[in-house]
Amino acid sequence: MAFDKLELRDIEVWDGNFAAAQALRQCQIDVVAAYPITPSTPIVEGYAKFLADGYVEGEFVMVESEHAAMSGCIGASAAGGRVATATSSQGFALMVETLYQASGMRLPIILNVVNRALAAPLNVNGDHSDMYLGRDSGWIQFDAYSPQEAYDLNFIAFRVAEDHDVRLPAMVHQDGFMTSHTAQGVKTLDDDTAYGFVGDFKPMNDMLDLDHPVSHGVQTEEDWHFEHKARQHRDLMLNVAPKIQAAFDAFEKLSGRKYNMVEQYSMEDADVAVVCLGTSVETAREVALEMRKEGIKAGVVGIRVLRPFPFMKIAEVLKDVKAIAALDRSSPNGAPGMLFNEIAGALFNTDTKALLSGYVYGLGGRDLTKAHLRDLYKELQANVDAGKVTTQLQQFIGVRGPKLAFL
Amino acid sequence: MANKGWDEFEIGAMLRSFDGVVPNISTIHQEDRAYSLSNSFTASVADWRIEKPVFNKDYCIDCQFCWIFCPDISIISRDKKMIGVDMDHCKGCGICVEVCPTNPKSLLMFSEQTDEEEALGAWPAKDTSKPETKGDE
Repeated sequence: MAFDKLELRDIEVWDGNFAAAQALRQCQIDVVAAYPITPSTPIVEGYAKFLADGYVEGEFVMVESEHAAMSGCIGASAAGGRVATATSSQGFALMVETLYQASGMRLPIILNVVNRALAAPLNVNGDHSDMYLGRDSGWIQFDAYSPQEAYDLNFIAFRVAEDHDVRLPAMVHQDGFMTSHTAQGVKTLDDDTAYGFVGDFKPMNDMLDLDHPVSHGVQTEEDWHFEHKARQHRDLMLNVAPKIQAAFDAFEKLSGRKYNMVEQYSMEDADVAVVCLGTSVETAREVALEMRKEGIKAGVVGIRVLRPFPFMKIAEVLKDVKAIAALDRSSPNGAPGMLFNEIAGALFNTDTKALLSGYVYGLGGRDLTKAHLRDLYKELQANVDAGKVTTQLQQFIGVRGPKLAFL
Repeated sequence: MANKGWDEFEIGAMLRSFDGVVPNISTIHQEDRAYSLSNSFTASVADWRIEKPVFNKDYCIDCQFCWIFCPDISIISRDKKMIGVDMDHCKGCGICVEVCPTNPKSLLMFSEQTDEEEALGAWPAKDTSKPETKGDE
């Protein structure tokens, strides 16, 4: 079956969902098995429409749940297809059991996760609870801060995941509504250039290779399970980062858009730094520039690749900073935040004297305003001036009621 | 299988049924295939059984019901003629007996220890209380 190409303008006005759907079309996904959930539904709907209109040669499988969606993706990927889907929140949570299957089976599925809060109470808006839930699942996790990045990172994700030295599934995260439903100018790649960047799918151990029959999803017990998990972790620790860097470099050559494992903004001489994920990075960048006019040397660090966690790079980027705020948009529920812990771990054996404090913010789509960030930078500067963290180590930003802080 | 280290496996929770290329494997009968050690065909699960099916070819009409329904591919049939049961892989579930349409049945369950000759000798006679199946009725 032949398919038609779409002519795109150099810059299209797309929201994050449509940008991701366009990327799936341009990558010519063989199978999308999907179940709808707000706010990610338009991604798979978009793919389905492109398929129905003859712009993709593939198969859309409507299933009864997100667990079945990822299960369908696993089967199709093991059979030897290029496979992707999308989900959010409760759907992501229902998928979790199968996420570990996909990564353990080393199937390069791409999952677009439009980040949304986890119930209860039920909430359709954006926070990072689902993204954090996936962080031990053995997947690669890319984080987009805008529709442009949601588009670009899909191509990069396919190129990295399908590499035979990697063969691990990857998530491309974007913030629910803030990115997924906010239309912005997106610089496009033409269909041939986009497809050329990801290339033809190169199968590995596919079930449809009838000359080499394989059983996928086998059982191991205490005899071999540990060896398989060790190999997967080893490949995540050593193989993935160089391949991501190579893909970032190749993508920059192709498009002029540069990505880094750890993004740095105004960090060259920064005294105080905010480390965060998602759309908050863009807000913090703007505030950092304003703080500099007031004499506070403010910077921003954005995590572009959450897994494998850029441990060494984080330590290098933050080593000369005097005070750091780790912003977690997910309730740690009885612990310091994830970013606080990861950053503390990365810095602990270094010579840095940086003061680290953690902030929980934006749960269930609560805004992180510029005023919040101004106060935060001032607090960090106060810590620098005092030579110690002047507040408790964990504070809540933007929650109603009396000040909430711990540790 | 050898005592392999973490770096000696092919990646993925995946096992190969054969070592190397096997063109047209579907045209070769199971007993003639050079299965690898990681294929379950090389493992016997006979000791999972408490009861075993015994095949009595005197009554079999080669309808292939047992071959179709067996969940463990343990009915051996060649050229659509029922030959017997693969006793290394049969787990004694009894489905073949349940679906057998002949009167008396051509497959019956006996305790694992029962001698085959003894089982065939104890085969029940035709149950005349059951109606005959006729043509298109």
